[in-house]
Amino acid sequence: MTAVATPPTTASPAAATRDERPAVVRRRVAVLAALALVAVLVYQFAMVTGSWSYAMDLRLRQVGALVVVGVATGVATLLFQTVANSRILTPGVMGYDSLFVLVQTLLVWVFGSAVVVDLDVRVRFLLDAGVMTAFGLLLFRWVFRRNSRDLFVLVLVGVVLGTLFTSLTLFASRLLSPSDYLTLQDLTFASFNTVDPRLLSITAAITVVAIAAAVPLLRRLDVVALGHDTAVTLGVDYHRVVNQTLAVVTVLVAASTALVGPLVFVGLIVANIARQVLPTYRHRTLALGAALAGVIVTVGGQFVASRLLDFTTTLTVCVNLVGGLYFVWLLLREVSP
Amino acid sequence: MTARTPLVSSRARDARLLAAAAGVLAVASVLSLFVGVVNVAPWSLFQPDTDAYRALVIARIPRLLALLLAGSSMAVAGVIMQQVTRNRFVSPSTAGTVESAVLGIVLATIWLPGAPLMARMLVAIATSLLGTFLFLQLLRRIRTADSIVVPLVGLMFGAVVSAIAAFIAYHYDLLQLVDTWTTGSFSRVLRGRYEPLYAVVAGLLLAYVYAARFTVVGMGERFAVNLGVHYRRIVNLGLAIAAITTAIVVVVVGAIPFLGLIVPNVVAMWLGDNVRRTLPITALAGAGFVLVCDVIGRVIRHPYEIAVGTIAGVIGCVVFLVLILRARAPRTS
Repeated sequence: MTAVATPPTTASPAAATRDERPAVVRRRVAVLAALALVAVLVYQFAMVTGSWSYAMDLRLRQVGALVVVGVATGVATLLFQTVANSRILTPGVMGYDSLFVLVQTLLVWVFGSAVVVDLDVRVRFLLDAGVMTAFGLLLFRWVFRRNSRDLFVLVLVGVVLGTLFTSLTLFASRLLSPSDYLTLQDLTFASFNTVDPRLLSITAAITVVAIAAAVPLLRRLDVVALGHDTAVTLGVDYHRVVNQTLAVVTVLVAASTALVGPLVFVGLIVANIARQVLPTYRHRTLALGAALAGVIVTVGGQFVASRLLDFTTTLTVCVNLVGGLYFVWLLLREVSP
Repeated sequence: MTARTPLVSSRARDARLLAAAAGVLAVASVLSLFVGVVNVAPWSLFQPDTDAYRALVIARIPRLLALLLAGSSMAVAGVIMQQVTRNRFVSPSTAGTVESAVLGIVLATIWLPGAPLMARMLVAIATSLLGTFLFLQLLRRIRTADSIVVPLVGLMFGAVVSAIAAFIAYHYDLLQLVDTWTTGSFSRVLRGRYEPLYAVVAGLLLAYVYAARFTVVGMGERFAVNLGVHYRRIVNLGLAIAAITTAIVVVVVGAIPFLGLIVPNVVAMWLGDNVRRTLPITALAGAGFVLVCDVIGRVIRHPYEIAVGTIAGVIGCVVFLVLILRARAPRTS
């Protein structure tokens, strides 16, 4: 498995023979599901001090947010990797998350904080997600078309775009009046600890809808993973599937980012865990695995960080550290003989 | 390396170009003294005891000097790094150098609270050197001719280092301070608070003295050794100059993202890769770029200010993108 760049490795002879053992895959999915369930239960019920009902209510919201984020990020990243034909190319690395924050900043900048605050949190989310989907599709279709065969250019362009979005956000936020700026901070300062129940319900609903929309795509993605030419030969409308997948990915990333802010490397880790653990090319199984791995990593990670290590908000920092090292390792493995 | 060689009297042409650039920069510098909240007129300089005089002497002139020094030295640091690593996308912002310097400042603030600026600077220089040479080790492990992979690894290496810095800073409630160093700004520059920046002049001079040797090193190890250049020593010297310069600038004014990447590249597109020839122009262009960014930041939201690092970040990212896509355009079309 030297070629990280090509998930068609999953279709290579070695992978195909490994896939002859569906029992192994089924057992591993079951293990992932059990681990995810344990993580959720432990997070919900372990180490309660003080008011039981208060803790239950707060934790239920936190677990809900973590599950939505884990599932959305996991599935989004897995699908994006297949379309981008690379295991190191993920929405987070491509700057999708920072784009969401930028769109939110621009909304406040254009309409003023008074208008934006008065909006229902759900309407605001739909507005954000709509703008982001339109812009994201345009941008990434352009990037994909331009350099579709040049993986490293794509990744580098993505990383620089992410930096650009962050810089633009910073720039736009400096142009705001102090009161608008405070509003913006309230809007974009999302964390696992404070979860707006209305926002949670809408993002959960959207995640479910997006994944439901993705289900019919999954089998076609098995073919798309073989590459453009093979997919077309086999009668799959390659570009249509790619565009629909990108739309689903954008909506899922918007949902996750709206809830907890940018998490650049979670998707990378989670999707690669799924591909590593489950020796199959079937996207139905892989997507399920990625969703479960996402729940394990976010819920488990947050439990370890906040309850056991008492780090509260440094989960993002830990993930960046681990994810960054993992990314460098993947890159070096890719380019070393 | 595509040096466009002029046919006749390149020296005279270079001299004229240099004089013109220096002239433009000088005029722009003087004009920049009169941009700001306090109204300052040229004759204020001869009227001590007025507010305008104090604004000039305490804030405006130190600020101008600081941004000229920071701009020119960071651009030169970029050229040197690009030559000795033989990759046009390597710069203090894409090799973990800046992030390592910030990590050093965080450590110094924790270990040596209340220590003078010089002590913090020494720690930052140490970590910046360490980070840069660690990146060099990573680079040696990349056995691909693909020049695009190198800045990618560098950016990610920088992200890891800054995650470490954020992790430590979080525990000591220093996260906000980290932001001030990662986004450079000249609004903090006042008389008595920027003078350590003069140390970068030594780096600039050293870079000029060794310019020809950096050019030779940029042509490859075998070629350099054939010409009698001590390859390893020159590579290490170049990286050390770049790392120390970066650390000094980050400690005094904060990081100016992508300056060391875009300015040398744009100059090299135009004038080629002979460092001795391009170095003075690169230094002037770097200073000019920072000056323009700073004046934009002072004007756009008057009377408030936008940090130079923010504006340079936006411009730098866009130019970087253009450079990446340009580098690959011939191959894809």
